[in-house]
Amino acid sequence: MRPDAPTLELDLALINPIVKTSRTFFIAAAFLLLVILWANLAYRSQLVEGLGVTGLNQPVSWGFYITNFVFFIGISHAGTLISAILRIAQAEWRRPITRMAEVITVVVLFLGAVNIIFDLGRPDRALNVIYWGRYQSPLLWDVTSITTYLTASTIYLYLPLIPDVAILRDRVSRFNWLYRILALGWRGTERQEKVLQRAIAIMAIVVIPVAVSVHSVVSFVFSMTLQPMWHSTIFGPYFVVGAIFSGIAALIIAMVVVRKVYHLEAYMKPIHFNYLSLLLLIMSLLWFYFTFAEYLTGYYGGEPEEMKVFWAKLTGDFAPFFWSMVLCNFFIPVLILSFRRTRTILGALLASSTVVIGMWIERFIIIVPTLSHPRLPHAAAIYLPSLVEWAMFAGSIATFILLYMVFTKLFPIISLWEIQEGREVGLRHMEERVRAYLPSTPTPSSQV
Amino acid sequence: MPRWAMVIDIDKCTGCQACVLACKAENNIPAVSREESARGRSISWMRILHEVEGEYPDVRLRFIPRPCMHCDNPPCTKVCPVMATYKDRDGIVAQIYPRCIGCRFCMAACPYTVKYFNWHTYEMPNLQQRMHNPDVSVRTKGVVEKCTFCHHRLQRAHDEARRQGRPLEAGSYTTACSQTCPTGAIRFGDLDDRDSEVARLAKSPRAFRLLAELGTQPKVIYLTERDRHAT
Repeated sequence: MRPDAPTLELDLALINPIVKTSRTFFIAAAFLLLVILWANLAYRSQLVEGLGVTGLNQPVSWGFYITNFVFFIGISHAGTLISAILRIAQAEWRRPITRMAEVITVVVLFLGAVNIIFDLGRPDRALNVIYWGRYQSPLLWDVTSITTYLTASTIYLYLPLIPDVAILRDRVSRFNWLYRILALGWRGTERQEKVLQRAIAIMAIVVIPVAVSVHSVVSFVFSMTLQPMWHSTIFGPYFVVGAIFSGIAALIIAMVVVRKVYHLEAYMKPIHFNYLSLLLLIMSLLWFYFTFAEYLTGYYGGEPEEMKVFWAKLTGDFAPFFWSMVLCNFFIPVLILSFRRTRTILGALLASSTVVIGMWIERFIIIVPTLSHPRLPHAAAIYLPSLVEWAMFAGSIATFILLYMVFTKLFPIISLWEIQEGREVGLRHMEERVRAYLPSTPTPSSQV
Repeated sequence: MPRWAMVIDIDKCTGCQACVLACKAENNIPAVSREESARGRSISWMRILHEVEGEYPDVRLRFIPRPCMHCDNPPCTKVCPVMATYKDRDGIVAQIYPRCIGCRFCMAACPYTVKYFNWHTYEMPNLQQRMHNPDVSVRTKGVVEKCTFCHHRLQRAHDEARRQGRPLEAGSYTTACSQTCPTGAIRFGDLDDRDSEVARLAKSPRAFRLLAELGTQPKVIYLTERDRHAT
């Protein structure tokens, strides 16, 4: 991992995206900026006229913004959590994946938090949450948990970036001042390496319970109320499982795109996709189990208010959403990923795309049907998102892609020093580890 | 300290909507355009719910006037992140409009759907503007509002009692809806005063509370219909 290691030249392809920028990048960036501009205009109209410009109403007072909030926060589990678990498990195949995952977390988490602001009737008073905050409200749990996670995952992204930034500081002249600041005087001395490794190890452990807490408290916003099909004890773990599920899917999509765009086929090999696909398959089965348990329990009890929402989802107005969710989250990914012949990179991309769509629908189908079926008699309520809400949704996604693209232009999207470390230390460790698992070969002297 | 409560006799309700209008006039509730109303944006702190029981020919239609229940154990105040809705010392579930951030968590948590949101800055028609009740603050866009048991009237009663140097008397105030109801279906008073009409009615075998099984302990008590066919 020393920057002057002789093998550094081997992996210089990883710096290429930073040094060279194609025209396609600028065209894509311009397009994304247009979408973001559109969302800005939409938000402006919402600020001036009020939330009336959305499709929200009484009683469906939460819609797209809250769905997007839950969805984005869910995707954020891609990164830090998966990367931390792989690091702790010392999975050697993690090396080209971790950074890509960690960047997703930081960017998407920020967008999730922003979507909550979009949803506020009085965003100018958002800081009241600090002035007048009440910890009895699950919303305060969200604020606490999400800011902690954002801080922790930013640190967790930054720490393993330091040695790479030092490499850039020594080799790249553009933005050299930035690299000089961020490298924190990294020279790769033995002491520095020891401190860094230790810090990464600590953060990897810290970040896991924080990540789990994040999506638990997001689910608590719903499950702490008394509303039918929200008031459920499994919501915490159900949301966490869904979050990791959609996170892995988003990660696979990002990997396929980055691999293609920056020609990094040598680093992201079919075997990486194979392992991630298997993880995705497991999460899909787990998701189905949770969904099944949740709906069966509600159905068997047959409480009338629960049943109103239940049938609205299974056979009523929301049936198209419900069944496409089941199709996208379970049948398609399981069918594609169960067989080695279809568990290819293309297969993984297809399955991941349906999972991301399916998980968005899941968030929607959890939030809206419950609200549109209040307990007391009420005029039939429909919720159709307005153009403003679509614009904000598109703008959020465009912001995500743009920030991700910009990151790849500033920093190596694959951790350079960790690949190098794999070439040197990783190989040796692996051999030692496998030796340690085996029964020790009896030496001649111990045999009597 | 009195426990302000309301008893609504469903048997006496004719569904005439006088309480709904009285409430709107009293509390400066904006009129919403027809289109907005069709989109579910109308605001009505008091609303007459229609409940149809059975099927033709054995049908029964019931009118249920529904104000805020002013629960003793309110699910809405628990979830508010900024204490913009809370149970005050009179037991009334109150709203603090200048503090509300408009997250609408209380709307999602209320099982009685009594909370309303200001989707726009509502413009008052000229006539309504001239009728503004100076005791009730108007709400800006982006905040949640609901029935306050005509809290401003209670405040006035408090002031009056203080000025005369006497404790607040039971029956010293009533809400606009109860004052207006032509059949006397809505009674208002102190539940803790054993001699009060509401305390007496609350003990009636006809008394029930909406969604009592949720444990919200509403302070609005309903009386079911009498059996007309009994002789």
